Amino acid sequence: MSQETLRIQKISGHAGSVPGEDTQRQYTVCKLIDTTTCIGCKACEVACMEWNDLPFGETVFDNSYQTMPETRWNYWNLILFNEHEREDGSLMWLMRKNQCMHCAEPGCLAACPSDGAIVQYTNGIVDFQQDKCIGCGYCITGCPFNIPKFNKETKRVYKCTLCTDRVSQGLEPACIKSCPTGCLHFGSKDDMKYLAEQRAKQLRDHYNFPKAGVYDPPGVGGTGVIYVLHDASQPELYGGLPKDPRIPLSVKLWKGPLKWLGNIAMVGGLIGLFAHYLRYGPKEREEEAKEPHEGAQP
Amino acid sequence: MSEHADQILPHGRVLRYPFGERLNHWIAAFSYIYLLLTGLAFWSPWLFWIAVLMGGGQISRTLHPWAGLIFFYAVARMHGYWSAQMKNTEVDKQWWRSISHYVQNEDDKMPPAGRYNAGQKALFWSFFYAAIVLLLTGIVLWFPEWIPWNLRWLRYISVFLHPVAALFTIANFLIHIYMSAFAERGAFGSVIHGDVTLHFAKRYHPAWYDEIVRRANAPRK
Repeated sequence: MSQETLRIQKISGHAGSVPGEDTQRQYTVCKLIDTTTCIGCKACEVACMEWNDLPFGETVFDNSYQTMPETRWNYWNLILFNEHEREDGSLMWLMRKNQCMHCAEPGCLAACPSDGAIVQYTNGIVDFQQDKCIGCGYCITGCPFNIPKFNKETKRVYKCTLCTDRVSQGLEPACIKSCPTGCLHFGSKDDMKYLAEQRAKQLRDHYNFPKAGVYDPPGVGGTGVIYVLHDASQPELYGGLPKDPRIPLSVKLWKGPLKWLGNIAMVGGLIGLFAHYLRYGPKEREEEAKEPHEGAQP
Repeated sequence: MSEHADQILPHGRVLRYPFGERLNHWIAAFSYIYLLLTGLAFWSPWLFWIAVLMGGGQISRTLHPWAGLIFFYAVARMHGYWSAQMKNTEVDKQWWRSISHYVQNEDDKMPPAGRYNAGQKALFWSFFYAAIVLLLTGIVLWFPEWIPWNLRWLRYISVFLHPVAALFTIANFLIHIYMSAFAERGAFGSVIHGDVTLHFAKRYHPAWYDEIVRRANAPRK
């Protein structure tokens, strides 16, 4: 999704400064998902496919509401249904709308080598620019949430855009618009954070969910999608939501120290070899080497 | 007449690399240079323009793994040609101990090298093992979407080890180019025409030279 109206604060694989960095203050936008009021109706899934005009793929049936195991290149928004047995033996359904988390420090963007294939707008939305994507799949490795998905035909990677095209026009994302229970909210990060904390407090104080809390993982700088969970101490219960997501250490080492060490070694090596040539020269000068017809029979 | 290695040629020359070995060397060389250029493009944003020159990021991404297979094929063939000659010997240990003389072009103070000196052997094995690491990690990076989520550590390892192994080959590659094209006059020609002068053999590979001479003078079986 190319959105010229939105300013950009981070660019993948980009040498030099970022044109939109610090030129304008903008609200960081945020989607709030209250898992405690989600009824799993999948209206958000339909709205996402409709608005983004995504082709429908095959579903699977394994005796559950889970009609596909995870998001796909053409299915960016998927509710994960998790049956959970509580301590008192009663059954509880944990439903989580899964999609791109729009990290403040996106691992996909850090890992991407292609200039401008992944951008982060000043409002915090992380967006893939498929025209610049080279299909290497490094974003898949950089993402701690298993979100970017590869299309084998186009050889590009796709994911939720947080409806960049709608947000840039002052509208809320399509999923938010469609939610019948009001478990989805959209606004500034500060407002959503406040709202989420209020709801978590309500759950703790009045609904017998003493561990209720807000999921806004600091390991990735906070996210542009935050959850209210019944039990914030066990996010894994919600379809494997990672407890402390971070950009993988190997990706950080590769893009950090290794890059510097490697560059210094390569440039230093070239300089070193040139200096060696200046100091010692070739092992033998050409005129010495040409001893005419040193006989084959010594 | 077919070529064979160590064959003494007219005009005081000796065949060092028969045609098959030369061709294979250049298959490895050209595929490596393509891999190096496209790899550097993916390595740093400051070098991404190389991918643009090479036909665009998508083309580079698509062809890099195939070039990698060609490179690995050539390296595997090199292993077939040369691994027996690349075994480390007692002379090689002495060679490493005298490395400072070698660096200062005091070759007369070096122990007599055979067909390959210890540095060349190290280059060979470095490239061989690095190529294996590059192949294995490269296959993972080729098809990241096939790696299931619970095996994602494979991707984490590969994304780090692939550039580490590549940097290791770059260090070797630079030294290899420097030694063969600049430091040892005649070495570059040996992998083009296949032959070196007997003087070159005596100068850089005295034990090999002695071997050639011994065999040339020995009565035919």
